Amino acid sequence: MSSASAKGRRPARPETTLWHNRRASSPARCASPDTDTWRPLIKFLRMKPGHGEVLLTEGDRRVDAEEERLVAEFRRQLDEGMWAVVPVENPGSGRREAQMVRDYSDIPPEAERVIFFPRAAGG
Amino acid sequence: MLLALLALALMAAILAASLFARTIARRRADRSRRRRIPRAGPLSYDPGRERRAEQRARELLRSCVNEEEWAMYRDLGFMRVDGRQLPGGRRAAAVRPGAAGTHNKSEGPDARNGEPPYAYLIYPHKPILAYVPATAQLLSEYCVEFPDLTGGGATRLPASDDVLAKWMALTSDENRVIGRANMHLVGRQLDPARLRRDLWRLSEWERRRGTKGSVRIRRA
Repeated sequence: MSSASAKGRRPARPETTLWHNRRASSPARCASPDTDTWRPLIKFLRMKPGHGEVLLTEGDRRVDAEEERLVAEFRRQLDEGMWAVVPVENPGSGRREAQMVRDYSDIPPEAERVIFFPRAAGG
Repeated sequence: MLLALLALALMAAILAASLFARTIARRRADRSRRRRIPRAGPLSYDPGRERRAEQRARELLRSCVNEEEWAMYRDLGFMRVDGRQLPGGRRAAAVRPGAAGTHNKSEGPDARNGEPPYAYLIYPHKPILAYVPATAQLLSEYCVEFPDLTGGGATRLPASDDVLAKWMALTSDENRVIGRANMHLVGRQLDPARLRRDLWRLSEWERRRGTKGSVRIRRA
Protein backbone atom coordinates (compact mmCIF):
# COMPACT_ATOMS: atom_id res chain seq x y z
CA MET A 1 0.00 0.00 0.00
CA SER A 2 2.73 2.42 1.01
CA SER A 3 4.85 1.51 -2.02
CA ALA A 4 1.94 2.19 -4.32
CA SER A 5 1.24 5.56 -2.77
CA ALA A 6 4.93 6.37 -2.74
CA LYS A 7 5.03 5.79 -6.49
CA GLY A 8 2.27 8.38 -6.84
CA ARG A 9 -0.11 6.05 -8.71
CA ARG A 10 -3.12 6.74 -6.53
CA PRO A 11 -3.91 8.81 -3.45
CA ALA A 12 -3.36 7.39 0.02
CA ARG A 13 -6.20 5.33 1.37
CA PRO A 14 -7.76 5.96 4.78
CA GLU A 15 -6.68 3.61 7.51
CA THR A 16 -10.19 2.46 8.42
CA THR A 17 -11.17 -0.65 6.46
CA LEU A 18 -14.28 -2.71 6.23
CA TRP A 19 -14.13 -6.02 8.05
CA HIS A 20 -14.59 -7.99 4.88
CA ASN A 21 -12.04 -6.01 2.92
CA ARG A 22 -8.73 -6.60 4.57
CA ARG A 23 -6.74 -4.42 2.24
CA ALA A 24 -3.83 -4.19 4.61
CA SER A 25 -3.23 -7.92 4.34
CA SER A 26 -4.57 -8.40 0.84
CA PRO A 27 -2.14 -10.27 -1.36
CA ALA A 28 -3.41 -8.23 -4.29
CA ARG A 29 -2.26 -5.09 -2.53
CA CYS A 30 0.97 -6.55 -1.29
CA ALA A 31 1.92 -7.75 -4.77
CA SER A 32 3.54 -5.17 -6.92
CA PRO A 33 1.58 -4.24 -10.04
CA ASP A 34 4.75 -4.76 -12.00
CA THR A 35 4.93 -8.51 -11.41
CA ASP A 36 4.08 -10.72 -14.33
CA THR A 37 1.60 -12.86 -12.41
CA TRP A 38 -0.57 -10.06 -11.10
CA ARG A 39 -3.73 -9.69 -13.18
CA PRO A 40 -5.75 -6.63 -12.22
CA LEU A 41 -8.76 -7.45 -14.40
CA ILE A 42 -11.02 -10.05 -12.88
CA LYS A 43 -14.44 -11.49 -13.71
CA PHE A 44 -17.06 -12.83 -11.34
CA LEU A 45 -19.06 -15.69 -12.87
CA ARG A 46 -21.97 -17.54 -11.37
CA MET A 47 -23.56 -20.83 -12.31
CA LYS A 48 -27.31 -20.47 -12.79
CA PRO A 49 -29.87 -23.13 -13.66
CA GLY A 50 -31.11 -22.73 -17.18
CA HIS A 51 -28.39 -20.28 -18.13
CA GLY A 52 -25.01 -21.93 -17.66
CA GLU A 53 -22.71 -19.31 -16.25
CA VAL A 54 -23.59 -15.63 -16.13
CA LEU A 55 -21.23 -12.71 -15.75
CA LEU A 56 -22.01 -10.95 -12.49
CA THR A 57 -19.46 -8.20 -12.73
CA GLU A 58 -15.93 -7.50 -13.83
CA GLY A 59 -13.51 -4.83 -12.96
CA ASP A 60 -10.01 -3.60 -12.49
CA ARG A 61 -8.65 -4.22 -9.02
CA ARG A 62 -6.42 -1.18 -9.32
CA VAL A 63 -9.37 1.19 -9.50
CA ASP A 64 -10.87 1.86 -6.08
CA ALA A 65 -14.45 2.29 -7.24
CA GLU A 66 -14.37 -0.94 -9.23
CA GLU A 67 -12.73 -2.83 -6.42
CA GLU A 68 -15.42 -1.65 -4.01
CA ARG A 69 -18.00 -3.00 -6.43
CA LEU A 70 -16.14 -6.29 -6.68
CA VAL A 71 -15.93 -6.60 -2.92
CA ALA A 72 -19.61 -5.79 -2.52
CA GLU A 73 -20.58 -8.36 -5.13
CA PHE A 74 -18.30 -10.94 -3.54
CA ARG A 75 -19.94 -10.46 -0.17
CA ARG A 76 -23.40 -10.50 -1.68
CA GLN A 77 -22.80 -13.85 -3.33
CA LEU A 78 -21.44 -15.35 -0.13
CA ASP A 79 -24.39 -13.98 1.80
CA GLU A 80 -26.69 -15.72 -0.67
CA GLY A 81 -25.03 -18.99 0.22
CA MET A 82 -22.72 -19.43 -2.74
CA TRP A 83 -19.29 -20.96 -2.70
CA ALA A 84 -16.50 -19.04 -4.39
CA VAL A 85 -13.78 -20.90 -6.24
CA VAL A 86 -10.83 -19.74 -8.28
CA PRO A 87 -9.42 -22.01 -11.03
CA VAL A 88 -5.70 -22.15 -10.44
CA GLU A 89 -2.70 -24.09 -11.63
CA ASN A 90 -0.67 -26.19 -9.24
CA PRO A 91 2.84 -24.72 -9.28
CA GLY A 92 4.45 -28.10 -8.67
CA SER A 93 2.68 -30.29 -11.20
CA GLY A 94 1.25 -27.69 -13.53
CA ARG A 95 -2.13 -29.34 -13.33
CA ARG A 96 -5.31 -27.35 -13.06
CA GLU A 97 -7.26 -27.45 -9.86
CA ALA A 98 -9.51 -25.21 -7.84
CA GLN A 99 -9.00 -23.07 -4.78
CA MET A 100 -11.90 -22.15 -2.57
CA VAL A 101 -11.89 -18.58 -1.30
CA ARG A 102 -13.90 -17.27 1.63
CA ASP A 103 -12.72 -13.69 1.57
CA TYR A 104 -11.98 -11.20 -1.16
CA SER A 105 -8.42 -10.91 0.05
CA ASP A 106 -7.93 -14.65 -0.48
CA ILE A 107 -8.27 -14.29 -4.26
CA PRO A 108 -4.84 -15.01 -5.76
CA PRO A 109 -3.30 -12.07 -7.58
CA GLU A 110 -2.94 -14.10 -10.78
CA ALA A 111 -6.63 -15.08 -10.82
CA GLU A 112 -8.62 -14.02 -13.86
CA ARG A 113 -12.03 -15.12 -12.68
CA VAL A 114 -13.94 -16.25 -9.63
CA ILE A 115 -16.73 -18.78 -10.07
CA PHE A 116 -19.66 -18.79 -7.70
CA PHE A 117 -21.90 -21.84 -7.42
CA PRO A 118 -24.46 -23.13 -4.93
CA ARG A 119 -23.01 -24.85 -1.92
CA ALA A 120 -23.08 -28.61 -1.73
CA ALA A 121 -25.98 -30.36 -0.04
CA GLY A 122 -26.67 -33.99 0.61
CA GLY A 123 -28.73 -35.54 -2.13
CA MET B 1 -110.34 -33.92 -35.29
CA LEU B 2 -108.78 -30.49 -35.36
CA LEU B 3 -109.05 -30.25 -31.63
CA ALA B 4 -107.15 -33.54 -31.19
CA LEU B 5 -104.38 -32.36 -33.48
CA LEU B 6 -104.05 -29.11 -31.58
CA ALA B 7 -103.83 -31.01 -28.29
CA LEU B 8 -101.09 -33.25 -29.70
CA ALA B 9 -99.14 -30.26 -30.97
CA LEU B 10 -99.41 -28.56 -27.60
CA MET B 11 -98.08 -31.64 -25.77
CA ALA B 12 -95.16 -31.94 -28.21
CA ALA B 13 -94.30 -28.28 -27.71
CA ILE B 14 -94.32 -28.68 -23.93
CA LEU B 15 -92.07 -31.73 -24.07
CA ALA B 16 -89.66 -30.02 -26.50
CA ALA B 17 -89.52 -26.95 -24.29
CA SER B 18 -88.55 -28.99 -21.24
CA LEU B 19 -85.83 -30.81 -23.18
CA PHE B 20 -84.54 -27.50 -24.52
CA ALA B 21 -84.48 -25.97 -21.03
CA ARG B 22 -82.56 -28.98 -19.66
CA THR B 23 -79.97 -28.70 -22.44
CA ILE B 24 -79.46 -25.00 -21.81
CA ALA B 25 -79.04 -25.58 -18.05
CA ARG B 26 -76.44 -28.29 -18.67
CA ARG B 27 -74.44 -26.04 -20.99
CA ARG B 28 -74.51 -23.23 -18.46
CA ALA B 29 -73.23 -25.57 -15.76
CA ASP B 30 -70.39 -26.76 -18.04
CA ARG B 31 -69.41 -23.21 -18.89
CA SER B 32 -69.30 -22.16 -15.25
CA ARG B 33 -67.23 -25.25 -14.38
CA ARG B 34 -64.73 -24.45 -17.14
CA ARG B 35 -64.43 -20.92 -15.84
CA ARG B 36 -63.57 -22.19 -12.32
CA ILE B 37 -60.80 -24.48 -13.56
CA PRO B 38 -57.65 -22.30 -14.04
CA ARG B 39 -56.02 -22.65 -17.38
CA ALA B 40 -52.53 -24.09 -17.35
CA GLY B 41 -49.85 -21.48 -17.93
CA PRO B 42 -47.20 -21.77 -20.59
CA LEU B 43 -44.55 -24.42 -20.04
CA SER B 44 -41.54 -23.08 -18.03
CA TYR B 45 -39.20 -25.70 -19.48
CA ASP B 46 -37.60 -24.45 -22.68
CA PRO B 47 -35.56 -27.17 -24.43
CA GLY B 48 -33.69 -24.64 -26.53
CA ARG B 49 -32.65 -22.61 -23.53
CA GLU B 50 -31.56 -25.71 -21.65
CA ARG B 51 -29.49 -26.83 -24.63
CA ARG B 52 -27.77 -23.45 -24.86
CA ALA B 53 -27.15 -23.48 -21.11
CA GLU B 54 -25.56 -26.92 -21.37
CA GLN B 55 -23.38 -25.73 -24.24
CA ARG B 56 -22.15 -22.78 -22.19
CA ALA B 57 -21.56 -25.06 -19.24
CA ARG B 58 -19.45 -27.42 -21.36
CA GLU B 59 -17.30 -24.54 -22.54
CA LEU B 60 -16.76 -23.38 -18.96
CA LEU B 61 -15.93 -26.91 -17.88
CA ARG B 62 -13.41 -27.29 -20.67
CA SER B 63 -11.72 -24.03 -19.71
CA CYS B 64 -11.32 -25.05 -16.06
CA VAL B 65 -10.31 -28.72 -16.01
CA ASN B 66 -7.23 -30.45 -17.37
CA GLU B 67 -7.12 -31.59 -20.97
CA GLU B 68 -7.16 -35.25 -19.98
CA GLU B 69 -10.16 -34.77 -17.72
CA TRP B 70 -12.07 -32.89 -20.39
CA ALA B 71 -11.34 -35.58 -22.97
CA MET B 72 -12.47 -38.23 -20.48
CA TYR B 73 -15.78 -36.47 -19.86
CA ARG B 74 -16.31 -35.82 -23.56
CA ASP B 75 -15.62 -39.41 -24.58
CA LEU B 76 -16.92 -41.40 -21.63
CA GLY B 77 -19.51 -39.18 -19.96
CA PHE B 78 -17.81 -39.07 -16.57
CA MET B 79 -14.67 -37.70 -14.98
CA ARG B 80 -12.12 -39.06 -12.53
CA VAL B 81 -10.61 -37.09 -9.66
CA ASP B 82 -7.84 -38.57 -7.55
CA GLY B 83 -8.28 -38.68 -3.83
CA ARG B 84 -5.86 -36.60 -1.83
CA GLN B 85 -6.28 -37.77 1.73
CA LEU B 86 -3.58 -40.16 2.92
CA PRO B 87 -3.56 -42.30 6.06
CA GLY B 88 -2.73 -40.23 9.11
CA GLY B 89 -4.46 -37.13 7.81
CA ARG B 90 -1.72 -36.28 5.35
CA ARG B 91 -2.54 -34.77 2.00
CA ALA B 92 -1.16 -36.07 -1.26
CA ALA B 93 0.19 -33.81 -3.96
CA ALA B 94 -2.02 -33.26 -6.96
CA VAL B 95 0.04 -35.29 -9.39
CA ARG B 96 -1.27 -37.64 -11.99
CA PRO B 97 0.98 -40.46 -13.25
CA GLY B 98 1.93 -40.20 -16.84
CA ALA B 99 2.19 -36.42 -16.82
CA ALA B 100 5.31 -35.25 -18.56
CA GLY B 101 8.22 -34.59 -16.29
CA THR B 102 6.42 -35.43 -13.07
CA HIS B 103 6.29 -38.27 -10.67
CA ASN B 104 3.87 -39.16 -7.94
CA LYS B 105 4.96 -37.79 -4.60
CA SER B 106 2.30 -39.66 -2.73
CA GLU B 107 3.39 -41.74 0.21
CA GLY B 108 0.46 -44.08 -0.17
CA PRO B 109 0.67 -47.80 -0.58
CA ASP B 110 0.80 -47.58 -4.38
CA ALA B 111 3.39 -44.87 -4.66
CA ARG B 112 5.65 -47.02 -6.80
CA ASN B 113 2.91 -47.58 -9.36
CA GLY B 114 2.05 -43.90 -9.34
CA GLU B 115 -1.58 -44.58 -8.51
CA PRO B 116 -3.46 -42.69 -5.84
CA PRO B 117 -4.82 -44.75 -2.93
CA TYR B 118 -8.38 -43.95 -3.99
CA ALA B 119 -10.20 -41.90 -6.59
CA TYR B 120 -13.64 -40.58 -7.45
CA LEU B 121 -15.77 -40.90 -10.55
CA ILE B 122 -17.97 -37.87 -11.17
CA TYR B 123 -21.20 -38.32 -13.10
CA PRO B 124 -23.63 -35.51 -13.97
CA HIS B 125 -26.53 -35.43 -11.53
CA LYS B 126 -25.57 -38.76 -9.99
CA PRO B 127 -23.73 -39.70 -6.83
CA ILE B 128 -19.95 -39.52 -6.72
CA LEU B 129 -18.35 -42.94 -6.69
CA ALA B 130 -15.29 -43.65 -4.55
CA TYR B 131 -13.13 -46.60 -5.61
CA VAL B 132 -9.63 -48.00 -5.39
CA PRO B 133 -7.83 -47.57 -8.74
CA ALA B 134 -5.32 -50.35 -8.09
CA THR B 135 -7.95 -53.05 -7.58
CA ALA B 136 -11.11 -51.43 -9.03
CA GLN B 137 -12.81 -52.06 -5.70
CA LEU B 138 -15.96 -49.99 -5.38
CA LEU B 139 -16.04 -48.23 -2.03
CA SER B 140 -19.11 -46.05 -1.60
CA GLU B 141 -21.48 -43.55 -3.14
CA TYR B 142 -21.54 -39.92 -2.08
CA CYS B 143 -24.80 -38.29 -2.99
CA VAL B 144 -24.31 -34.56 -3.30
CA GLU B 145 -26.06 -31.87 -5.24
CA PHE B 146 -25.85 -28.13 -5.70
CA PRO B 147 -29.36 -26.68 -5.55
CA ASP B 148 -29.76 -23.03 -6.42
CA LEU B 149 -32.47 -21.83 -4.07
CA THR B 150 -32.02 -18.12 -4.71
CA GLY B 151 -34.11 -17.96 -7.88
CA GLY B 152 -37.80 -18.68 -8.12
CA GLY B 153 -37.60 -21.25 -10.87
CA ALA B 154 -35.49 -24.29 -11.57
CA THR B 155 -32.89 -25.28 -9.01
CA ARG B 156 -30.87 -27.81 -10.97
CA LEU B 157 -27.68 -26.76 -12.73
CA PRO B 158 -26.91 -27.93 -16.27
CA ALA B 159 -25.20 -31.32 -16.39
CA SER B 160 -21.72 -29.98 -17.16
CA ASP B 161 -22.04 -27.32 -14.48
CA ASP B 162 -22.91 -30.05 -12.00
CA VAL B 163 -19.78 -31.95 -13.00
CA LEU B 164 -17.67 -28.81 -12.77
CA ALA B 165 -19.06 -27.95 -9.35
CA LYS B 166 -18.17 -31.42 -8.07
CA TRP B 167 -14.71 -31.20 -9.63
CA MET B 168 -14.04 -27.79 -8.09
CA ALA B 169 -15.36 -28.88 -4.71
CA LEU B 170 -13.26 -32.07 -4.66
CA THR B 171 -10.04 -30.45 -5.83
CA SER B 172 -10.36 -27.46 -3.51
CA ASP B 173 -11.90 -28.84 -0.32
CA GLU B 174 -12.44 -32.57 -0.50
CA ASN B 175 -13.24 -33.01 3.19
CA ARG B 176 -15.91 -30.35 3.10
CA VAL B 177 -17.86 -31.70 0.16
CA ILE B 178 -17.56 -35.32 1.27
CA GLY B 179 -18.67 -34.29 4.75
CA ARG B 180 -21.81 -32.70 3.34
CA ALA B 181 -22.67 -35.63 1.09
CA ASN B 182 -24.92 -38.52 2.02
CA MET B 183 -22.80 -41.64 1.95
CA HIS B 184 -24.30 -44.96 0.91
CA LEU B 185 -23.07 -48.37 -0.06
CA VAL B 186 -22.56 -48.88 -3.76
CA GLY B 187 -25.78 -49.94 -5.42
CA ARG B 188 -28.23 -47.53 -3.87
CA GLN B 189 -28.41 -45.23 -6.87
CA LEU B 190 -25.55 -46.39 -9.06
CA ASP B 191 -25.67 -49.76 -10.75
CA PRO B 192 -22.54 -51.74 -9.74
CA ALA B 193 -22.50 -53.58 -13.07
CA ARG B 194 -22.55 -50.33 -14.95
CA LEU B 195 -19.81 -48.93 -12.71
CA ARG B 196 -17.57 -51.89 -13.45
CA ARG B 197 -18.28 -51.47 -17.13
CA ASP B 198 -17.38 -47.79 -16.86
CA LEU B 199 -14.14 -48.64 -15.11
CA TRP B 200 -13.35 -51.08 -17.91
CA ARG B 201 -14.18 -48.40 -20.48
CA LEU B 202 -11.88 -46.04 -18.60
CA SER B 203 -9.04 -48.53 -18.65
CA GLU B 204 -9.50 -49.11 -22.37
CA TRP B 205 -9.67 -45.40 -22.98
CA GLU B 206 -6.43 -44.84 -21.09
CA ARG B 207 -4.76 -47.72 -22.89
CA ARG B 208 -5.67 -46.23 -26.25
CA ARG B 209 -4.30 -42.86 -25.18
CA GLY B 210 -1.16 -44.46 -23.82
CA THR B 211 -1.74 -43.14 -20.30
CA LYS B 212 0.10 -45.00 -17.57
CA GLY B 213 -1.61 -46.21 -14.46
CA SER B 214 -4.74 -47.47 -16.12
CA VAL B 215 -7.16 -49.32 -13.93
CA ARG B 216 -6.50 -53.02 -13.60
CA ILE B 217 -9.94 -54.63 -13.79
CA ARG B 218 -10.36 -57.60 -11.59
CA ARG B 219 -11.73 -60.46 -13.59
CA ALA B 220 -14.88 -62.01 -12.16
